[in-house]
Amino acid sequence: MVVILGLFLFVPVIMAAWVSVSDWNGRGSPFSSNVHFVGGTHYAEMLGGRGLAARDFGTAIRNNLYYVLFVVPLQTAISLGLAFMVNKRALRGKGFFRTAFYFPSVTSTVAITVLWLFLFSASGAVNAVLSWLSIQGPNWFADPRGVFHLLMGGGDAPAALSQPGLFGISTWEWIAGPSIAMAAFIMMAIFTTSGTFMLLFLAALQSIGEDTDEAAMVDGASVWQRFWYVTVPLLRPTLFTVITLGLIGTWQVFDQIYTGSQGGPSKTTLTPAFLSYQSAFESQRWGRGAAIAFILFAIIVIMTLLQRLILGDADPTKPSRRQLRADRRAHAAAAEVVTPAPVRADETIDRGGGRHG
Amino acid sequence: MAERVGQYPGERRGHGWIITLGGLILLALVYIFPFLVQVANSFKSDAEATNAGLALWSANWTTEAYHVLFNNSDFGLWTMNSLIVTVAVTLGRVFFVSVAGYALARLRFPGRSAVFVMLIAVMSVPGVVLLIPKFLVIKELGMYDSYPGMILPLLVDAAGVFIMKNFFESIPVAVEEAARIDGAGIFRTFWSIVLPMARPALMTIIILSFQGSWNELNHFIISTQSPALTTLTRGVASLASGQLSSGNQYPIKLAAATLMTIPVAVIFFIFQKRIMNTTGGAVKD
Repeated sequence: MVVILGLFLFVPVIMAAWVSVSDWNGRGSPFSSNVHFVGGTHYAEMLGGRGLAARDFGTAIRNNLYYVLFVVPLQTAISLGLAFMVNKRALRGKGFFRTAFYFPSVTSTVAITVLWLFLFSASGAVNAVLSWLSIQGPNWFADPRGVFHLLMGGGDAPAALSQPGLFGISTWEWIAGPSIAMAAFIMMAIFTTSGTFMLLFLAALQSIGEDTDEAAMVDGASVWQRFWYVTVPLLRPTLFTVITLGLIGTWQVFDQIYTGSQGGPSKTTLTPAFLSYQSAFESQRWGRGAAIAFILFAIIVIMTLLQRLILGDADPTKPSRRQLRADRRAHAAAAEVVTPAPVRADETIDRGGGRHG
Repeated sequence: MAERVGQYPGERRGHGWIITLGGLILLALVYIFPFLVQVANSFKSDAEATNAGLALWSANWTTEAYHVLFNNSDFGLWTMNSLIVTVAVTLGRVFFVSVAGYALARLRFPGRSAVFVMLIAVMSVPGVVLLIPKFLVIKELGMYDSYPGMILPLLVDAAGVFIMKNFFESIPVAVEEAARIDGAGIFRTFWSIVLPMARPALMTIIILSFQGSWNELNHFIISTQSPALTTLTRGVASLASGQLSSGNQYPIKLAAATLMTIPVAVIFFIFQKRIMNTTGGAVKD
């Protein structure tokens, strides 16, 4: 076991690290003598350059950033809402609703993507429903227009914003928002992951029990007050887990892009994970592909740490020292209990995030 | 989020309750309807599916898509490959994961805590970051484009080891001590005393690895290329990206998606209580 673990984790990472600073082109062994050390060239090309590599990388980051910005809050809110409704004591048919919401999470990303391509086709089911509301739906997966651009009324870039900016992409392109095609993927991610996270919230809600809620009710707190000031704070460890898993999953979007769009239309569904694959396995630019993978890893680590920092400070009332200590103990306890979650979630999220990614 | 009504004496059983239930039913419909559309359209002609995808009923339904899949495509081969890999991975994982979990929970050996730290590290590295590294190792070991290359890397399931370790730690040591006093060796104690007690945890492992390896896509993309080793996920993905010659061919794609969902759906419905409890139970306690 240790051998397999080491073989398939540590050795590979070191090998990939070497490839990311070499000019290996996929032929022969990356360790043969005609493969040269090129230093940080691949990293510099993407992070500081103005060329195609930088633009593709920047586009992929922008696409994925919007994906994360939409998916993580929405899936967290929706799964919390679902859990809250399903958790009602008086609700009959709980099992049915749980099953209905969770089922999309067990099916493969490939199958769901095939379904999504069909539902969101030009004359597909989604546009048929939209036409009842007299809305003419777009040809979703072929539409590269940015959602924010559309909201601003379309049109061309103002001259001030069309200069190449960060990673060689203009500010105008940065603020485009997710493309219509990406929006369809965003909905798919929410569809496939909200069930998993609903289960996490449900378990937490059940362990909280009804007592605190009842106590607050006796004290005259309204439904919203009870939700915001009683339930949500008690759910904090779970919220933390869900957001962390969400962040990790949404930066790994790969399967659905590979199956559904291959990065198109106009590269608006290109993600770093897919770009890494494409550079290495399709264009045989292994150094670049490996470098993207390492940068992606760094992004995920930084995002998770940032989130820890922000959520850690988001307490509305500044806690006293004693409270902090108690908090830490509670957190430690929660962490102990929570750790296995990535596991299960992992299997399902992967797709999205799996699925998401 | 909606109002909690009708649970407490004196509280009005009012509209809030109806709204919650109505909302839930509407949402459930949103979650279920896509799958109904999928199945319904796999029984239509291409033209009808393209033009009237929303309709669940068709006057002239046909099983042609399924005929094409079975007779004129590699669908059977893909299914076979998926099955081989899934079964091998599941059996292999059950063995590896329980042995490793037991070793970590019970045996005192040098470097035990280091192994445990490594385990946590593995769990926290995002999968897609490892695509290129995994490919490099598979290639260096000469396993590229072969069953071992598809199966072996998937046997590493840090999460499963974690589950088993936790489970074994919850079993009282006294049971094993009794066995040992009766003269059983470490492996025998493990195999005939402890493992049978771990059946619930093993079921969890089996379900998770079946689901995981049946739905696995990216690992097969990087470890194989020959058509003979194509799994369902890779095969159906290639259908989706338009390897069918003419037209949209929606019914065929949807039929393939439906068929590949059946095994996981069956497992899900048989074990849904356990699946949903393990997913949620992680946080509960």
